[in-house]
Amino acid sequence: MELVLLLGFPVLGAALLGITGAHRRAPEINAALSLATFLASCALTVRVIRHGNLLLGDEQFFIDPFNVFLVALTAFVGLTTSLFSRPYMRVELDHGRLTSGRLRLYHSMYQLFMFTMLLALTTNNMGLMWVAMEGATLSTVLLVTLYRTPGSLEAGWKYFILCGVGIAQALFGTILLYVAAEKVLGAQGMTALLWTHLDAVKTQLEPTVLALAFVFLLIGYGTKVGLVPLHSWLPDAHAEGPTPISAVLSGLLLNVALYAVVRSKVLVEGSLHSRLPSMLLMGFGLVSVVLASLLLWRQRDIKRLFAYSSIEHMGIATFAFGMGGPIANFAALLHMTVHSLTKSSIFFTAGHAAQKTGTQVMEHIRGLITLSPTVGWGLMLGSLAILGLPPFGVFTSEFLILTTAMREQPWATPILLAALAVAFAAIFSKVQPMVFGETSGRRLPHAPALLPVFTHLAIVLLLGLYIPPYLAHWYRAAAHLIGGG
Amino acid sequence: MTHLPLGQQLLDTCAALLLLLSFAMLSQRRVVTLVNLYAAQGAVLAAATLLLAWRTGEEHLYVSAALTLVLKVAFLPWLLHRLIRRLGVYWDTEPLLKVSGTMLAGLVIVVFAFSLAQPITRLASTDTRSAIGIAVSVVLLAFLMMITRRKAMSQVVGFLSMENGVFFGAMSASYGMPMVVELGVALDVLVAVLVLGVFFFQIRERFDSLDLHHLETLKERD
Repeated sequence: MELVLLLGFPVLGAALLGITGAHRRAPEINAALSLATFLASCALTVRVIRHGNLLLGDEQFFIDPFNVFLVALTAFVGLTTSLFSRPYMRVELDHGRLTSGRLRLYHSMYQLFMFTMLLALTTNNMGLMWVAMEGATLSTVLLVTLYRTPGSLEAGWKYFILCGVGIAQALFGTILLYVAAEKVLGAQGMTALLWTHLDAVKTQLEPTVLALAFVFLLIGYGTKVGLVPLHSWLPDAHAEGPTPISAVLSGLLLNVALYAVVRSKVLVEGSLHSRLPSMLLMGFGLVSVVLASLLLWRQRDIKRLFAYSSIEHMGIATFAFGMGGPIANFAALLHMTVHSLTKSSIFFTAGHAAQKTGTQVMEHIRGLITLSPTVGWGLMLGSLAILGLPPFGVFTSEFLILTTAMREQPWATPILLAALAVAFAAIFSKVQPMVFGETSGRRLPHAPALLPVFTHLAIVLLLGLYIPPYLAHWYRAAAHLIGGG
Repeated sequence: MTHLPLGQQLLDTCAALLLLLSFAMLSQRRVVTLVNLYAAQGAVLAAATLLLAWRTGEEHLYVSAALTLVLKVAFLPWLLHRLIRRLGVYWDTEPLLKVSGTMLAGLVIVVFAFSLAQPITRLASTDTRSAIGIAVSVVLLAFLMMITRRKAMSQVVGFLSMENGVFFGAMSASYGMPMVVELGVALDVLVAVLVLGVFFFQIRERFDSLDLHHLETLKERD
């Protein structure tokens, strides 16, 4: 029931807003539907905590601690982003960057995007997961090009082609998985793509084919995670699309793609009895961290800067999943959570800053603290949080990952530390003048409503200081499921 | 030399035709012909699916053949032709590699694809497993086409041809995927082409051309 509601609200929303999206109250409807989705996700979470794993809908849906926590996170950030987008998109409309027809497209696609992500997370069928991931790309392509500027069209095209090709590789990987599974699970074919069934027989699956399947799946879904060298769509799509979309792309879509990679890894590792999947994940993760932190220096656009920071953080989480074992997995899950919350709040403030100053070029954004103290402090605190300063939650997860790396993969520790230091210097040196620099602008008449920003940052702070026992238990259960190490 | 049953021989012929069409697409610069070749590839794919359905008696393959026929032979080519007419893009510019160079690269790719397909071929229990190498080749050749072309339209045909290859791979390795997945994939392809249609008009409206060199400005700036 909760699941029907969870998936039903966004579908209903997409249809409803597709018809009435140009209505004056459309942003409120959008927010209300997101709230309903979030409540459904809470109900689902409570049910999983009470009764354990759920298999629903003729085994097509499977909910365990690993995905239910991502479902709750996705629905939560979906809600806060819809709250943020309400005034933000209205201002964009007033500035003439949008027409009401495009706003209708925006609202409808926003709900559809939420639906595809929730479907990808909850489905038990690896094939359906693929369909949902592709759906997530398709529903956001036209959102990236919403402003119809040359830059946004280019970004949209790159996003479409790169993710399209990537996702075709993932489909091939899924087929290979199916071929190997059919051998064991019988040719009736109905159960051979269900993750729970695959998981039960994973030790009997043919290792060479599974290794091949994993390479294809990793390249396919890895493109969407933004792993270097498959990342080139990511900064463009983040910088050129409307800010609420940057926030959900960075905060949610990357997580969902990483979820797909990790689900595949669990299966393949069970069959392979080798470290190949782990090594691949660690390699891709480390390359992403290093390259992204170096590229941070060259950025001039505020949204591109934080897009590269997303690549870096996804690299860290991928590396941690590659190391495997209870502690690293725990840290990676925590990292996904805090990154998603922090990064979306940064995009909210960056969007406001760009809207107020009329530019995304960082050299022209100065003295936010005088223009609007809430935006200035929001950006400063968010940046400090994402840079891994204590007492924020990112510090906790990065600390855990680093200490585990010291024990398990000592060679990687100096590389990680150096990359983190480079990223720190790059981002801090760019954010500091934006917030505290001299400005000739006058203080804005009203403070923007930044409730979502400070809610996110408060949660991240809380997670850094104290992880509630039920949450820790939940993470631990999920970390155990992922295994490895 | 053992004699293969007739159905098997026909299937192998279909597979060979698919590969041939892939090479034809690789060398073709006229966009209209490219779409026709894509339609032909769809037709061969539908024929192969039908043949397989008849041989194995798997009912869902009939549905899948019908789906291929409607979507890939009729609807998508029609849509693409319409787009070409309305946008007036008939020729692709000189590809990044000369045709002869592309063909040679294609040959190397086919050899590589067959060696890649070997472990899968050994595992698969279908009697069409010899065609898996061809499916992988079609995927990689389509990939090569996407890399070497400049016009958005040719890249899209390459993308669709890649999907054909993946689909043929699923068929020859395991007699197709479960129905729900196949339907979902078909839906995604359909939506993708529709989104692209919208997208092309946006690009045209903005640049008066569908040449992708307009879309190469977002680079890392120093």
